[in-house]
Amino acid sequence: MGANYDAIVIGGGHNGLTCAAYLAKAGRKILVLERRHVLGGAAVTEEIYPGYHYSTCSYVVSLLRPKIIRDLDLPSHGLEIMPLEQSFQPLHDGRGLVRWSDWEKTRRELARLSPRDAEIYPEFGRTMVQMARFVKPILDMVPPDPGSLDPRGLSDLLRLGKRFQNLGPDLQAVKYRMLTMSAVDFLDGWFESDSLKAVMSVSGIIGTFLGIRSPGTAYVLLHHYMGEIDGAFRSWGLSKGGTGGISLAIASAARSYGAEIRTESPVQKVLLKNGSSEGVVLESGEEIRARVVVSGTDPRLTLLGFVGEENLDDETVSALKNFKMRGSSGKVNLALDRIPDFTCRPGVGPHLFGDIAIAPSIEYLERAYDQAKYGDFSERPYLNIVIPSLTDPTVAPPGKHVMSIFVQYAPYHIKEGPEYWPKKREAFGDAVIDTLSEYCPGIKEAILHRHVLTPWDLEQEYGLTEGNIFHGELSLDQLFFLRPSPKMARFRTPIENLWMCASGSHPGGGIMGAPGMLAARELLRTRTV
Amino acid sequence: MPLQTPFHPRTSELCTSLLWKEWAGYHAVCSYDTVNDREYIAFRHAAGLIDVTPLMKYEVTGKDAPSFLARVMVRNIEKLRVGRVTYCCWCDDRGKVLDDGTITRWSEEHFRVTSNSPALQWLQRCARGFEVAIHESTDRIGVLALQGPASRTILAAAAEAEIEGLRFFRATTGMVAGKPVEITRTGYTGDLGFEVWTANENALPVYDAIMKAGKIHGIEPCGLDAMDVTRIEAGFVLHGVDYFSARTCMIESQKSTPFEIGLDWAVQLKRESFVGQAAILAEQDRGVARRLVGLELDWDDLERVFEESGLPPEVPRHAWRDPLPVYRDGRQVGQATSGAWSSILKKNLALATVNKGWSEKGTELMIETTVDFERKKMKAVVVPKPFFDPERKRT
Ligand SMILES: Cc1cc2nc3c(=O)[nH]c(=O)nc-3n(C[C@H](O)[C@H](O)[C@H](O)COP(=O)(O)OP(=O)(O)OC[C@H]3O[C@@H](n4cnc5c(N)ncnc54)[C@H](O)[C@@H]3O)c2cc1C
Repeated sequence: MGANYDAIVIGGGHNGLTCAAYLAKAGRKILVLERRHVLGGAAVTEEIYPGYHYSTCSYVVSLLRPKIIRDLDLPSHGLEIMPLEQSFQPLHDGRGLVRWSDWEKTRRELARLSPRDAEIYPEFGRTMVQMARFVKPILDMVPPDPGSLDPRGLSDLLRLGKRFQNLGPDLQAVKYRMLTMSAVDFLDGWFESDSLKAVMSVSGIIGTFLGIRSPGTAYVLLHHYMGEIDGAFRSWGLSKGGTGGISLAIASAARSYGAEIRTESPVQKVLLKNGSSEGVVLESGEEIRARVVVSGTDPRLTLLGFVGEENLDDETVSALKNFKMRGSSGKVNLALDRIPDFTCRPGVGPHLFGDIAIAPSIEYLERAYDQAKYGDFSERPYLNIVIPSLTDPTVAPPGKHVMSIFVQYAPYHIKEGPEYWPKKREAFGDAVIDTLSEYCPGIKEAILHRHVLTPWDLEQEYGLTEGNIFHGELSLDQLFFLRPSPKMARFRTPIENLWMCASGSHPGGGIMGAPGMLAARELLRTRTV
Repeated sequence: MPLQTPFHPRTSELCTSLLWKEWAGYHAVCSYDTVNDREYIAFRHAAGLIDVTPLMKYEVTGKDAPSFLARVMVRNIEKLRVGRVTYCCWCDDRGKVLDDGTITRWSEEHFRVTSNSPALQWLQRCARGFEVAIHESTDRIGVLALQGPASRTILAAAAEAEIEGLRFFRATTGMVAGKPVEITRTGYTGDLGFEVWTANENALPVYDAIMKAGKIHGIEPCGLDAMDVTRIEAGFVLHGVDYFSARTCMIESQKSTPFEIGLDWAVQLKRESFVGQAAILAEQDRGVARRLVGLELDWDDLERVFEESGLPPEVPRHAWRDPLPVYRDGRQVGQATSGAWSSILKKNLALATVNKGWSEKGTELMIETTVDFERKKMKAVVVPKPFFDPERKRT
């Protein structure tokens, strides 16, 4: 039987959809198969409580490639990104810090904690932006294969090496520190204020099972600054209608180019013949053939799940098993009747329009990590909160609000075993709300509905293996041509005609679309499809 | 010294940034905060309220008002029905644009004309032989523009008037806070929006009622800076920036015709004579010498020019209006007169006037830019306007 489609994309996450859109735009016949009833994967909006639209998983967007926005003309398909302007950090002692987009205002705020840090802060920002400038092209390129003699890949590698040579002595030093140090050690070299360092270091650990003192976490701080030089105007933003708005816009673009998208169509396995993919088999038993199958799910699910260990060589199997996917975070979504006062800054002011970080001190974050190391969720976790309804009133009824709380640490592997999570779900939710209450005492009374996602739920409901939000930790040893392993770093797998296009591939997780775009580009360049 | 609009007590209290400028003789807020993002977001995602009182207003009344306006305007205003608004420009005898604005027909014999610069003298001069009266009402009427996707919901809550059914470019009357107002479905943001017109003495209660109704819908007081970005996204030309009134020009080449500034659609030629008609007809036969177009600056090329200086790419934080030369094959073929970074489109936009031959969609041009004190050229492509055109604007 011949192929019905040029390519089947497994999973309607934003990367799968991006890949499908680019392939369809190039005139290929594409089918996307999504397991759930909604599109978006971890970039999804769901109306779990009537009238309230939760961005159930991811909640802010930073690195969505502007090129994708322009190439696929996403604004005409409904994409609207609204910049998140400020960052609010309530502290233990009744004080609080807001970092505004108005630099002078930020300087005055910081000076209350440390006049010295207030002066250094913009210098730090400039250094990070300069560093990010050197790293950013990596996001937009297919990683070269260092083991091959393909001149194309080699010249890319050389050019990149040369860029780094051009960094200049000061930045060279910064680079080495970033590549080797922990987030906290790196920030120690710049700042003295404990709470400032605490809130800045957390971006180094998001989505990893590492602490802010774990080596290598400094590098991930850079990703935070990358958005700034993307023509994104501000580093972080909210998507209108929730993050699902991004996925729906990409899906609409894909359809406009002729891609077919089916929801509630779980794939059970990849159809194999002589070690090569021929298509997929759905859980319903339906078989669909295609020249290429591109998986928008994570590498372990793709290979150990849809292909099966028995069809893979030992090296691949152990590479996949060693690929760190330890989930470490959860999510709490709230429907709110009103926005209660934060003790340190009462009132609904502009300080609430950005993100709110509960990360008051380094010690606090270390304690949170310690508990996780021993197989518990943190009783007093790191929280990153946004209230999108303040900026985008369409996500809640007039005058009401939704609050999105990202929580770390919530290890997938709790000591009772991951399948025990459902029994701990509400206790975990309580810990989050209790934590928040310490800074925002009226929160409990304002809650109309609470939706708690543990790492177990992220796996079971959203298909994220071990609940890892990035399809594999974003740590240095798992990036670039090491993602997910040297042999699979270029979107290919050991199975012929089975490719990958999602967060488990270069350049990694987050709402970026880059893996989807780059995989499509590579598929087309090599005329695989 | 500039005057205060009737909304000044509110706007001055809210404008903590103290960023003001003069607009047609009035104090006007540039942005309420030191950064205008929140105001821009409000226009595009919720609703923004902006005081546009300084727009000049003329009440044209009398038996001959329709035929008089048909004679002055490039559009046949006699055909404008009561309760409707239109937008057009007017020209001198040589067919050169003097100004542009909206015209609302409030009754058979009452029209309101808005303009950017004083027009009383010109209107009166043209009125000879017509039975009309022309009175300026600029300083008697306060005007608020409520713009953005939530504007309809907010105004419907604040006003006793038929808002839900008020279609694009229609006008109605009603009450806000118990005070009589006039409402038009118009604006300068290219979005769903309304303008509310009220006598000075009612300005504050009307302002308060709209703000109150808007609170739960994310209303923000907005300034001119945010509006400038939205009007560029909407592809609207600005008098005094993208073109100049023939009355203020020193030399012919500074003047523009309606075709040159992209108002072809507003010109109705086949009818009784109107001011400038013969010249415009002649221009039509001759061919239009230059055109106002939309430009999209190429992002990769922008990164390149910054990279050459070892700098991260930067986009303008405000709409700009310092003209920049535009080139093709090394020769200057026009100038970009204003532009902005559109955060909603993730595009760097400009409005430019280019010579015949270079105005077709897709034409590649080069635009000047300065990076690190060095003049450079980067790629820009002619694209259709409006750059941003949401369906809700019309529906
Ligand atoms: C709680 C949480 C918070 C986050 N916060 C942020 C944030 O604020 N900002 C940010 O940038 N990133 C954030 N992330 C990360 C980001 O959301 C993800 O990295 C990104 O959305 C992954 O996209 P993807 O397309 O690669 O994969 P996914 O979104 O995981 O898509 C995979 C798709 O495959 C489908 N699928 C699975 N199994 C099958 C099957 N058998 N058959 C068919 N389809 C199947 C899934 O349902 C899913 O739709 C967060 C993630 C989580 C979980």
